[in-house]
Amino acid sequence: MKQTKQSPSAGVPIMDAEAIRRALRRIAHEIVERNPELRSVVLAGIPSRGVEIARRIAEFIRASEKIDIDTGIVDVAMHRDDVGARAELPVVRASKLPLPLEGRTLIIVDDVLYTGRTVRAAMDAISSFGRPARIQLAALIDRGHRELPIRADYVGKNLPSAATEKVGVRLEQTDGEPDAVWLFKE
Amino acid sequence: MSARWNRKDLLGLRELSADEINFILETADAFKQVGAREIKKVPALRGKTLVNFFIEPSTRTRTSFELAAFRLSADVINISTSTSSLTKGETLKDTARNLEALHADILVLRHSSAGAPQFLAQRLKTSVINAGDGAHEHPTQGLLDLYTIREKRGKIADLHVVIVGDILFSRVARSNILGLTKLGARVTLVGPSTLVPREFEKLGVAVSHKIDNVLPDADVVNLLRIQHERQRKEYFPGTAEYTQLFGLTKERAKLLKPDCLIMHPGPINRGVEIDSEVADSLQSVILDQVTNGLAVRMAVLYLCGGIATP
Repeated sequence: MKQTKQSPSAGVPIMDAEAIRRALRRIAHEIVERNPELRSVVLAGIPSRGVEIARRIAEFIRASEKIDIDTGIVDVAMHRDDVGARAELPVVRASKLPLPLEGRTLIIVDDVLYTGRTVRAAMDAISSFGRPARIQLAALIDRGHRELPIRADYVGKNLPSAATEKVGVRLEQTDGEPDAVWLFKE
Repeated sequence: MSARWNRKDLLGLRELSADEINFILETADAFKQVGAREIKKVPALRGKTLVNFFIEPSTRTRTSFELAAFRLSADVINISTSTSSLTKGETLKDTARNLEALHADILVLRHSSAGAPQFLAQRLKTSVINAGDGAHEHPTQGLLDLYTIREKRGKIADLHVVIVGDILFSRVARSNILGLTKLGARVTLVGPSTLVPREFEKLGVAVSHKIDNVLPDADVVNLLRIQHERQRKEYFPGTAEYTQLFGLTKERAKLLKPDCLIMHPGPINRGVEIDSEVADSLQSVILDQVTNGLAVRMAVLYLCGGIATP
């Protein structure tokens, strides 16, 4: 989910750079544990922070397992179900996945898991490229409020939140700000 | 988020900023990649209805829009001159209002009168896409030419683009001139003085009547089709003479830089404005233009048809 930019000073700090690092390292370990055939795994990030998070997880796996796992980009903008209903049209970007997907375990990676609609769109996008053996889901933050029957396989932090609140993830590479997660009260 | 686009219509390149043009080209990059997928269809415009309203005959543009709409999951109706009630005396506006009453979301209009798309865009809530209006503009052709140049040469600014042929009656030329100059290219128009009058210099382009002087310095040569259907005898020297004076013959093609792109909006008249072998040479990107046209039209339909209607 894209979150609108707000000044961090207005928010409650939830995670700092070290907490994010540990959470992603743990996710990397869980991925290794749950997928004995690591070489079949593809980490597919949802732009733009999901792509950066996927890159970091792949780095942790490389460090501990000495394996370069495949990463990719899955763009969801053209697969959303609310075109025409939003005030601003989402920017479409090209997806990039290692083909063929048949026989592979594709792990969707995003920063915040919220309603689940982005993940549904991501699964729809993936299916237009092929039919992976299985799809899993990793999110740095799970803030609840699902509107679809979707759950994450790997979660960095569960963050109970009110629907009126906003979760802001900042990553140095995508936002030019120090790594952090904030909770903003409306 | 796309604060870079807030138009429901695409009427011409004249009213677009360089940033808006670049945004369409970037969006087309994403849609071009859909064509390489196993399933070449995305649900972006699912549930939307597109009407292809072609009052002048055109197979390639109409088919390109139709396929672009299919790939975006929109439903398509085609109406051509022969099937339209315009032949029964209905006015353009009444026909269009009827289409709107059917809840058409996007109207793609090809019309022989300049300004017809603008006339409708101002009166209808429907998105209006200009698919060519008289000798005025053909914005999606201009955009796909820009896209192809950018794809093959990596940039548009500072390139020297030579447009050859019937400029006076060409909406393709007009949209190309507007787009290219906005993105910083240098443009030279070449053709007989009757079809390429000096007045075009007011648009910030150079005019030449001697093709051999211009070709050695060209980065792109865009050959326009001689539009026999628009031609009046006093303007046009005759086919054989035209080929001799302005056609891209095998001999002339040798004057080109090795990396000069050869473009043509199609349909090509082999042996008239372009030699048959030259049209099929490695420098020719004529078929890339067709492929890119699809991606550019998907981008335009997505951007104009996808914005929330007030």
